[in-house]
Amino acid sequence: MRRLIWRAATLLEVREETATARTLVFEVPGWPGHQAGQHVDVRLTAEDGYSAQRSYSLAGPADGERIELTVELVPDGEVSPYLTEVVEVGDQVEIRGPVGGWFVWRPESRAPVLLVGGGSGIVPLMAMIRTRRQAGSQVPFRLIYSLRDHDRRYYAGELHRPDPGLDITYLYTRNVPVSWPRRAGRVMLDDLAEGGWPATFQPDCYVCGPTGFVEAAADLLLALGHAPDHIRTERFGPSGG
Amino acid sequence: MTTEYLDGNVLAGPLGEIFSVDVTTATGRCASCGQVAALASLRVYGPGPGLVARCPGCEEVMLRLVRGPGAAWLDLRGIVSLRVALPD
Repeated sequence: MRRLIWRAATLLEVREETATARTLVFEVPGWPGHQAGQHVDVRLTAEDGYSAQRSYSLAGPADGERIELTVELVPDGEVSPYLTEVVEVGDQVEIRGPVGGWFVWRPESRAPVLLVGGGSGIVPLMAMIRTRRQAGSQVPFRLIYSLRDHDRRYYAGELHRPDPGLDITYLYTRNVPVSWPRRAGRVMLDDLAEGGWPATFQPDCYVCGPTGFVEAAADLLLALGHAPDHIRTERFGPSGG
Repeated sequence: MTTEYLDGNVLAGPLGEIFSVDVTTATGRCASCGQVAALASLRVYGPGPGLVARCPGCEEVMLRLVRGPGAAWLDLRGIVSLRVALPD
């Protein structure tokens, strides 16, 4: 295996996801490929030499030397304001990766999959959904996507289109659309029982989101009888940004 | 101590500078309570001035990593042993 090095990445394309998030497509010469769920470190260096780095999940499946990140603006952050408001097509940043072999879904896996995402925690889960589609995998996926309101959805058009074998449940924590059957609120036991798989199916569960969300969802999955070694988590918190 | 923390997943990049295998998928035994956990499941506080990874069971420090100019400092005294999966 190779040692990890920083590579110069050139921004090729920008897609707006929400008012505060956008997807950045980079070309990274020498990119060795990656697996769904892995992340990269992004490093920005100022003219005076000061540098800041953050971890971002890869949003897309392996695609040659192209990679996609979806970045949410964290007000007062050091890196995300630049990536969401300043960087332009043609600009370069440094990227190191892919890293992380734990929070990973592999297309050869046969177990049903439950994805539980809170807010921008959807990003590595979307990489799994896209990798499943790209590989033509028949493994059934269920996605439970918790977010503040309808306008905060990432990949809204793509998730709206039918994807056979993928079922999606949206949980809104703040505001619900008109005549939505579920009241606004945080993830509860019934949400995971109805939108997920019975524990007897032994699904692989991937939970990603802010620390509090991940703790709550993982505890509920344990309460529903899912085995600890079938629950993989990825948290992001205040050092993001 | 802040109650907000990250997963050991964020160690993958910084440790990838040092080791040629992905150590976050290795399991480590906590020197304090004996619990065995994947490094990816440790609770990580940071990033400045360094990364501190604590046991998800007892919250004792298992690993500390500081990346300075020209060198990295890695303190593993909170881990009795690491099991690293390797091909034969």
